[in-house]
Order: sequence, then C-alpha cells, then structure tokens
Amino acid sequence: MNLNLKKWYSTGTPWIWLTAGAVAISIVMVLGLLVLLTVRGMNHFWPKDVMQAHYAPPNAQQEITITQVIGEFVESENIIAQQIISSGIPVDESQPEYRRELLKLGNRDLTGADFSWVLTDFISDVEYPANLVVLERREWGNFYGYLQSVSEAGTVVAEVNIDEVQDDSAWDEFTARLERALALHDEIYKIENQDIGEINYRVERLRLQQRRLELDGRATADALADIAAQRQDLETEYEVLQVSLIDLYEQVNRDTATFIAANAQEKVIELADVVRAYRPNQMGLGAKLLGYGAKLGEFLTDEPREANTEGGIFPAIFGTVMMVMLMSVFVTPFGVIAAVYLREYARQGFVTRAIRIAVNNLAGVPSIVYGVFGLGFFIYILGGQIDQLFYPEALPAPTFGTPGLLWASITLALLTVPVVIVATEEGLARIPRSVREGSLALGATKFETLWRVVLPMASPAMMTGLILAVARAAGEVAPLMLVGVVKLAPSLPVDGNYPYLHLEQKFMHLGFHIYDVGFQSPNIEAARPLVFATALLLVIVIALLNLSAVALRNHLREKYKSLDV
Amino acid sequence: MNERNNKLEVEEKPAMRKIDVSSVLRQASTPEDEMASCLEVENLNLFYSRTKQALIDISLTIPKQCVTAFIGPSGCGKSSLLRCFNRMNDLVDDCVIEGKIILDGLDIYEKSIDVADLRRRVGMVFQKPNPFPKSIYENVAYGLRIQGINSKRVLDEVVERSLRSAALWDEVKDRLHDSALGMSGGQQQRLVIARTIAVEPEVLLLDEPASALDPISTLKIEELINDLKEDYTIVIVTHNMQQAARVSDFTAFMYMGNMVEFNTTDTIFTNPAEKQTEDYITGRYG
Repeated sequence: MNLNLKKWYSTGTPWIWLTAGAVAISIVMVLGLLVLLTVRGMNHFWPKDVMQAHYAPPNAQQEITITQVIGEFVESENIIAQQIISSGIPVDESQPEYRRELLKLGNRDLTGADFSWVLTDFISDVEYPANLVVLERREWGNFYGYLQSVSEAGTVVAEVNIDEVQDDSAWDEFTARLERALALHDEIYKIENQDIGEINYRVERLRLQQRRLELDGRATADALADIAAQRQDLETEYEVLQVSLIDLYEQVNRDTATFIAANAQEKVIELADVVRAYRPNQMGLGAKLLGYGAKLGEFLTDEPREANTEGGIFPAIFGTVMMVMLMSVFVTPFGVIAAVYLREYARQGFVTRAIRIAVNNLAGVPSIVYGVFGLGFFIYILGGQIDQLFYPEALPAPTFGTPGLLWASITLALLTVPVVIVATEEGLARIPRSVREGSLALGATKFETLWRVVLPMASPAMMTGLILAVARAAGEVAPLMLVGVVKLAPSLPVDGNYPYLHLEQKFMHLGFHIYDVGFQSPNIEAARPLVFATALLLVIVIALLNLSAVALRNHLREKYKSLDV
Repeated sequence: MNERNNKLEVEEKPAMRKIDVSSVLRQASTPEDEMASCLEVENLNLFYSRTKQALIDISLTIPKQCVTAFIGPSGCGKSSLLRCFNRMNDLVDDCVIEGKIILDGLDIYEKSIDVADLRRRVGMVFQKPNPFPKSIYENVAYGLRIQGINSKRVLDEVVERSLRSAALWDEVKDRLHDSALGMSGGQQQRLVIARTIAVEPEVLLLDEPASALDPISTLKIEELINDLKEDYTIVIVTHNMQQAARVSDFTAFMYMGNMVEFNTTDTIFTNPAEKQTEDYITGRYG
C-alpha cells in the first residue's frame, strides 16, 4: 500500500493534479468575476416590468394602513423577525424569518427616498398595469406613474380617458411632444456647451493675451484696442446665441404633463426634464431589447447626470483610454532607451547591478507614493516653473501647476517604467550574439547594429513590456486621485478649440468613477448597478488595450522571428 | 588598448616557437611567381584574461588570392586568430592583444584605424548561418545601406552580382523579398557569404563555414570557395582535415595557441616537418 502510494507519487500524477488545480482555480475566479460583473452590471439596463401593489405592514397602533406601492423589483432576501421588530414593525415573532423585497419606487421628489424594503407577506393585489409609465428624468431620478394629461402652456391638449383602457391618444401626444423637447434640448446643449463654450474659451484667451501684453510692457493703445474690438465681436456673437437660447428655453418649457403617482399623488412634470419615457408592462421582447440597447448606448456614449448615478460614463472611458495612450507614448521610449544603455553600453559591473536592483524595486513601491511624488515634483515644482515661464499671464490661476492629464500620464509612466526596462533588457539579452557579430562584421558600428538589427528584433519584448505597463496603468487609481482625476470634468481633454488636445485639463477615469459612484454617492442603491457596469467596462477597456498591444506584438514577432537559438 | 599592452609587456612571455615566414613563403612559392602577401602577422599574443593566453607569439604571412586553412584540435586558437584579423575580439571584454597584424602596410591595431572600415575590408562568415530577420534582398543590401548607399539601381545590381557569386541567384531570384529565415541552412550560409562579398572586402574570413551544414551544402560551399579565391584572399578555419586538403592552398597547423607549422597544403598533408603535425593529420590525436 505504502509502496503503491510512493509509486503513484513518483509517476508525477499528484503534481499534474496540483498544477492543473491551480490553473482551474484561477480560471474559475476570473470567469466568476466576469460573470458577476456582467450579470449585476448589464441587468441594470433592462427595462423591467413595474408592479403596482398594496402594502399593509403591521404598526404599533395595531391599525391597518394600506399604502399603494409602484416600482421595480430589485432583489429579495430573508431577514429574521427580531431585526424587523427592532426596526419598528411589530411582526409575529413565532415566524422566525420573513422574506423582504427591495423595490425601486422612484419619485424621490415626492417621497424622499427612491428605494424601499417591503415585507413580502404584507403585499397584496400585485398587478402589472399596462399603462404604467416610467420616466427617466434629468433630476430626481426615475418617476413611476400614470399619465393623466398633456398641457401646452397651461392648456390641456390631451387627456387620458380613465374608462377606456385602450385609448393611447394622450400617450401618443405625450411621446410626440417629448421627442420635440428632446430635440430642443440637444440644440440647447450644443449651444451651451459648444458654441458658448468656444466663445468663453476665446474670451479667456483674449484676456490672457491682454495680460501678456501688459506683463511684457507691449500694451500699446493699438494692441489694446484690437483686443477690445475682438472682445466686442465675441460679445455680439454671445448675445446672438443668448437670444436664441432664451427662445429655445421658452419653447422647451412650453409643454408639461400631469401624472398620477402611487397613492393618487398628482405631479406635473415638465417635458424638458424627461430623458426617456416608456411603458415597460406593455413592451414585448423586441421593444425591451431596443430599450435595453438605447440605455446601454446612453451609458457608453453620454455624460453622467445626478452625481454620476445616472446617465453615461463616456468622459470616464475617454479619459482612461487617453491617459493610457499618453502614458504609453511617454513610457515606451524612456524605458527602451534606459534599457538599451543598461544592457548595451553600460559596463556590466557592480553599479549596473545595483541600478538593476533599484529599477526592480521601483516596481514594488506603492503607487500612492508615486502619486505624492507626482504632485510634489511634477505638479508643484515642474508645473509651477512652466507656469512662471510660459503662462505668467494666467497667474495666479495655475495652468500646468495643477493636477491634469499630462501629469497623470507622466506619473503613471514613471510608475510603469521599470516593467518596460526589465522586459526590454530581457529582450535585448535574448538577441543571439551571432546576429550582432554578423552586422558588425559587415562594417556596421555598434549604433548601426543596434538601430538596424538588434532593436527591431527586440521590439516584441518591448511590446511585452508595454502590455504589462498598460495593464498596470489602466487599473491604477490611487495616484491618479492626486495628480489629475476628478469626479466630474466639465469638458473632454480633446475638443475643437485650438490646440485641440488640452493636456493641462483634469479628466475622469473609470477606476476613480467606480470608487466615486460606489462609495461617495448619496444614493447607493441607485449607484450599485453602475459600479458593476463600470467595473465590467473598465475590464473590457483594459482587455481591449491589451489585446491591441498583443496583436501588434504578434505581428512584430512574426516579422522578426528569432533565429533558432 | 595601448595602455593595456604596456601593462602586459613587462610580464614574461611564455616559450615560443618562431616560424620563419619568409622561408615558408619561399618554399610555398611555385617557381614562376613571387606570391604577394596580404596579411602579415607579427609576434601576435592574445590574452583572454591575465592568466589565460590563447595565442602565443604567432607570426605568419597570408598570401593574396589564395585559400589559407587553419587546422588544429578544438581550443587551439584557430578561431581566436581568425577573429583577430577583423578585430572581432574587441567585443570580448578583457581581451588583450599585442603584436602586429599588417594589412596593406598598416597595422590594423593602430589607434587611427577605423574598426568599421576595417571590417568592411575584412569580411567574416561565421560557423552558424546568421542572416538578419529581414528579406533576402535586404540581407545582401545591408552592408551597402550601412555605407549610406540607398540607390535602388546600385543595390539591385550589387544584390544580383553578390547572389550570383555566392551561387544562390538561381535559387532565390523569384523570392528576393521573402524572409531570409525561411531558407535552408546551406542557403542561409551562402546568403551570408553573398552578404559579405556585397561590400567587396579584400579578405574573406570563414570560421568553420560548413560545420553546421549537411554534406551537399558543404560541397556547394567548398565549390564556392574555389570560385571566390579568384577575387578574394580567403582564410578558413576548419575542423575537417579533408576539407582543408580539398579547398586550401596553404595550411597552418595550430596546437595549444602555437603555430606549429605553416606550409603549402600539399607539404603539410604529405610531408609535414613537425612530428606533432604528422600525428594530428594521421589521426593519432586531436
């Protein structure tokens, strides 16, 4: 028996099981994480049916008060009776456990809270009325209720006939007018954010230009008059826009609709406040899929609303990708050049070994330390100097002396440069000596050999370094909080205003967005699905960035396939 | 380099065996011609470290437009000597060389010598084929591009001529722009030879060029060496004595860092002056 066990051990079978088990556990964990993120995150965008029910929990006075609840089912769980009692609901203690459901009731402006736990046992008359309407609003979150009437400038233009269930004329009127309001809103958005934004930007540049002239002592009357004239032009332009804005606002505020919420509360809602309206209980699968696609599209391409708990996260996606790309631009040449010196030119000895150890250790420094360093050195010292030298007209408002995209990218480049150095060095070490000698023997100098043969052959290794750097940088949050990431950036770092790429601007980041939405949000229940969705998106963005780098590396590998060494 | 030489000069030199170059040449020369010399080695010592001397006082003259073979057992210093001719040993850390190697009247270890230029004049082919991971065309054009020649007309012409000289043109003319790494080992080695002669060196150093190849490729390389000696001075290191006998005009037998005997190939293989040479050739050791 003992012998058999020993024999079994010596065959290596347990070793195979052990190694395979480790791989299996890793795969299960990764897949589990992805499945969790996908299920919890992607569920959020599905237009769920909205239920209407009566809820009558027992209360201390032994009276029965029935309230009407209208909302979406979110989740359910078991809870022990004692806990319910201590929260003020005197349930029967003989039943040890109760089931409770979390409902999204919306209507935060009416009730104060848009999520509520209800005990399943005390819910009755659950139904899913076909004409229940869900409104997604720009403020106050979702609204659930019944459409009663649509008004134009205070006059009712369409009314729902309570007796006739199949009468959709009021709803049709409502959706038509909503579409108009949305189109107007887009126009307003364009004027406010692009046209007026551009004018503001130009006015600011004029102000800086004037200040610059004054600082240089070149503020002649002519120059000042010229600037004043330009400013005058911009102001005229601005006034034209202002007039059309006022007009647009009047138009968009024309229509209102009256809704009846739970417990017969009447609510007048301006159409200008509505982002989307639908009646989930009468939507078929196709319509729901369309609604799902629309909401997912909004999530991916729109700006956030309501303290980031609603709307999209496009600025965060953009900021993350932009920062990683800038970081790659900084880190690759820097790391490669350092590695080339260390491996090819520096005399191998104690000093190079010490430097190598230092570089490796640098990769283990906590990232927040890099953040502090970036803030102290890059932003305050370097940025401060740059401001004094090149942007004195804007002072005391800092231009580069404040956290921003450039400094965040450089800080992360510093954080990831050891990875690139190590990978490139290994790549250089693997280039066979014979190929170098072949080049030298043809009369090439060491530099020519490096440039024409060795570096191209080592390029896959550099890409490997870059892949690792991207993976690390894209997932990094802590240092970014110090050097440039903000909860809400007013504009993207790339826009139509010269010089188009604004490296000094602050930006949004998916990783920080997760932290902010998940842990800094006043409305946690509403934000939670977004945390999952954002996390999933971050994983996807990192995977895409990595995959493109991997594809590039494989292409290079194929091209510079190493000799059979 | 000079500094290090001075340091070492005070050390006592090991026992040496002097080879009378002129006498060898006199013996070697066929009655009708006075052979011109190409490379002259004078009292060459090579140290890989303070204690490890790889070449001991080597002196010999390599005649022009002939094939000279270095034979000897492994580790005898054949390759080290060969690599001295284009200063490949410069790449080895702590390698110290004293003595002279004269190419066209100039000591190649002189300070003023441009090493890259020297290597262009003294081309080298290595034991294992080492094509660059580029196309066949770019491999051959590499040396010229290094010199700044980028004219397509010139490159096309040189590539074709070099590949023809290396007896490779017919095999690859339709796939010049394919990767060189897709060729067979023998083709790769001929490509490396083509690449080397593309820059028109005066001397061609071959470091066991056929040892990694199959017999047919070896035969092709040997034929190629025969063709090339019309235009180039060839120095070949080989393990294979039959190969040395087949391709070379002169043969040097080396042993333990010493140049034991240098003479015409016929003499070395039929009537060696030294007992050691005879023993090696007859297979008694090595």
